[in-house]
Amino acid sequence: MSKIHVTTTINNEPVEFLCDGSQTILDVLRDTLGLTGSKEGCGSGDCGACTIMVDGRMICGCLMLGAEAEGKRVETIEGMAQGDHLHPLQQKFIELAALQCGICTPGFLVASKALLERNPKPSEHELRYWLAGNLCRCTGYDKIIQAVMEVAADLRK
Amino acid sequence: MGEHRYKWIGTRPNRPDGADKVTGRARFGADFNMPGQLVGKVLRSPHAHAIIKSIDVSKAAALPGVKAIVTSKDFPEQPNQIVSAGEMLVNLRDITRNVMAREKALYDGHAVAAVAATTEAIAKEALGLIKVDYQVLPHVIDVEAAMKDDAPILHDHIRTEGVEPKPTKPSNIAKRIAFAKGDIEAGFKKAELVVERTFHTAPVHQGYIEPHAVLASAAEDGQVQVWCTTQGQFTVRGFCSRLLNLETSHIRVTPSEIGGGFGGKTVVYLEPVAIRLSQKTGKPVKMVMSREEVFRASGPTSGGMVKVRLGATRDGRLVAADCTAALQAGAFPGSPVGQGCMCSFACYDVDHIRVIGYDVVSNRPKVAAYRAPGAPILAWGVESAMDILAQELGIDPIDLRLKNAAKKGTKTHYGPTFNTIGFEECLQAAKNSDHWKSPLKPGFARGIAAGFWFNIGGDSSAAAHVGEDGTVTIISGNPDIGGSRASLAMMAAEELGIDYTKVRPIVADTSSIGFNFLTGGSRVTFATGLAVVEAARDVVRELKKRAAKIWEVEPDAVVWENGEAKPASTNVGQQEPLSLAKLAAMAGKTGGPINGHGQLNAQGAGPGFGVHIVDLKVDRDTGIVVVDRFTAVQDVGTAVHPSYVEGQLQGGAVQGIGWAVNEEYIYSAKGKLENPGFLDYRMPVASDLPRIETILVEVANPMHPYGVRGVGEVPIVPPMAAIGNAVARATGVRMLDLPMSPPRLSAAMDAARPKMAAE
Amino acid sequence: MPRVILTPSFADLYAGGKVEHEVPGLTIRHLIRHLDERYPGIGQHLSHGVAVAIDGEIYQNALLEEVGVHSEVCFMPAIEGG
Repeated sequence: MSKIHVTTTINNEPVEFLCDGSQTILDVLRDTLGLTGSKEGCGSGDCGACTIMVDGRMICGCLMLGAEAEGKRVETIEGMAQGDHLHPLQQKFIELAALQCGICTPGFLVASKALLERNPKPSEHELRYWLAGNLCRCTGYDKIIQAVMEVAADLRK
Repeated sequence: MGEHRYKWIGTRPNRPDGADKVTGRARFGADFNMPGQLVGKVLRSPHAHAIIKSIDVSKAAALPGVKAIVTSKDFPEQPNQIVSAGEMLVNLRDITRNVMAREKALYDGHAVAAVAATTEAIAKEALGLIKVDYQVLPHVIDVEAAMKDDAPILHDHIRTEGVEPKPTKPSNIAKRIAFAKGDIEAGFKKAELVVERTFHTAPVHQGYIEPHAVLASAAEDGQVQVWCTTQGQFTVRGFCSRLLNLETSHIRVTPSEIGGGFGGKTVVYLEPVAIRLSQKTGKPVKMVMSREEVFRASGPTSGGMVKVRLGATRDGRLVAADCTAALQAGAFPGSPVGQGCMCSFACYDVDHIRVIGYDVVSNRPKVAAYRAPGAPILAWGVESAMDILAQELGIDPIDLRLKNAAKKGTKTHYGPTFNTIGFEECLQAAKNSDHWKSPLKPGFARGIAAGFWFNIGGDSSAAAHVGEDGTVTIISGNPDIGGSRASLAMMAAEELGIDYTKVRPIVADTSSIGFNFLTGGSRVTFATGLAVVEAARDVVRELKKRAAKIWEVEPDAVVWENGEAKPASTNVGQQEPLSLAKLAAMAGKTGGPINGHGQLNAQGAGPGFGVHIVDLKVDRDTGIVVVDRFTAVQDVGTAVHPSYVEGQLQGGAVQGIGWAVNEEYIYSAKGKLENPGFLDYRMPVASDLPRIETILVEVANPMHPYGVRGVGEVPIVPPMAAIGNAVARATGVRMLDLPMSPPRLSAAMDAARPKMAAE
Repeated sequence: MPRVILTPSFADLYAGGKVEHEVPGLTIRHLIRHLDERYPGIGQHLSHGVAVAIDGEIYQNALLEEVGVHSEVCFMPAIEGG
């Protein structure tokens, strides 16, 4: 079976790759391009550990084919920090201990950033529902919610 | 302890591995790769119980790209005896059969064969070409069904241990265990009120988000390297050494960052298989479980039956407590029933106690530890029964517990007499909490429950290496599952008197640091913390010697204060203090590099107690439980890094909420797991929950220089009963079985309705 | 003399059901040796997979730990954790 040639943009860099028709964008990111920051927790879109942005839309990387990235703009956790400056969400997650094992953290950060870009003043209720597609088994979500709410308030200042 | 003022302990610095984990840079189990690696995949039994008559791999082996296939024949037979492997006591006969089924497949998902191929697609295709001839046998899942005389027998060699006379017939009951204090029948004679109920819990999974993953590379000279996600790299080494007849020094295990474990990553599944495939092919082999495989084949915890009988006087004094528990062990003996039984009534000071436990095999995956193994199952029964007692006596549930609370000097039913513990303090803190004092919202009800866990210590090694600029590397051997790098670095900084940022902790592989027992039982901050303290003190001893050489005095004439060597008294003469940085810069001239070591078997891990309060309402139509407020109170010893201590309480409580209201393994009539995915195995998500408030009660552990107690286990013990007790008060329906899921709860409320109307 | 307490399960298997025992000795090893003389076979059982509580503090893998003249020493199943 011949491979598909895909031209796309990942974290603002032009990227070309070859993939099988059955490979997900998550497989491509992790196995072909070495971007292992997006995690595979379930492979069925239930855990959110592979959350990425495609053309400004939040998706689970395990549910999109690599070939579908043609001509699209893909953003992953690896593109969130700017140079040696962490994004305020990344910084706050560390300061408030909003992670324990850290496997779900990339997904939560990408999803939280997407929310704040869309809704700079979410209520806690809205935030909890926005993040309901991201599973965390360590923290009970408390410190994650607290961190995002604080960053939202900081960014509004 | 309160009078001590620490510089670092009790503060909340950023964790050393924070930046790696928020940028995606941290490497977890599935993030390791080697050039030329093969992909390994496991063929799993579709039957709950079946004889494996033959396995034909010829077609699969002929598929281009397939490099090796292993079955049980590729693993040496092991004796039926309990031996130590990586400091865990294990039955090697059972472990090798759990890694790869031998005579029989014992559960849906049991590994039967494995393939290594050049691509994942080829490996999967090859699995489909392996022909296994099964003879399907009757199976049994439920614990009480498995105990019946006519139940299908899993193992012909098992005779129930702990029963006299020794049974002659095989049984699924592997062991009977008993604990007692006083005279149970005499105790019940004094009772003015007796509560007796039988409770059940459903089997649940630890639910870590990261599936098991391993990369193994075996060289032609017998040296093996392994990178894997595990709670204990030394345990992996120990198990693989035993199962594959390799010397421990020939296996080097590097732990990846670990994406959750909760006890589920204390054993091996893929590691011996990947090593064997690598040995047969001469190439690195990478294996990663799918989520479905995690659910079907890795360590869930037991489902159980708990029968509780409590006797009390009218004024609320417990006079007798009796309990019988049976826990699923899964396919091989070894449920946590013994520990559960020991925890059962540990919260209470009762003169007459009897606890009997049964370890029962059934056609489920072999259970693995899950946070305070066994204790939550027993607590569901005992703490629910305590609430029934409080209701029947008309006593406040906290007051009932205070009246009977274990304290220093209380003799437990499992033997020891408690030293300094903090249960009463926790109950008082709960009683004084804003939550308990706040009025309930209309339509809501409040429940409380308590919980206990021993905590453990064990073997730990640590090293402290001083760099030439006076910064310090702390090397230990426990995977950091929830911020332990931070707590270890804080203790080192406190001992050395230097800034926390000058201490860099790393987690080393099995060849780079001495033995460390695994990350589990909430032992790392306590036990490995002690080893780090010892290593830091070793460095300080050396630093004092170096300063003494420079000043030409005896080492005794030097003291170490605030990160500097100073003269012990004016007799030594006027000397400028020597900082760690100055001494490090002169190390070569004063005797060479400055390093410290600590190695010990940490004893006296202080037990922990918790009290949880929950406000909730139940939707009458759907049976959905809406948790509105939750507070976890716990005796945490000294909270080294309070944020991560709070995190343990919050995370454990939420796992308990899931166990209470949703999570369960659902099996088909044929014994096949029907919900092996996160969509149908419903763990709590952010929108299910309120804030989880925490109250840290600091009762220092006298056996640790900083008063540390383990904190991670206790918080999963009380939530189920706290929720059940609130549900009973909200609906008038006492749920005896977990989970209190919407269909079960609405059915129970429907069943109670006509009766309520009739009354 | 130290007071040794066995679980009923150990006691039934080896000590005719007797749970409490006065045993001379200065270390856990001494106590195990004396108990094994009284109840042959129990020593092997108490040396592996067993935790010991000396005056309320739990020790795993104990052998050389000292016990006091009035110590309470309990043998019980070893404890693992999550």
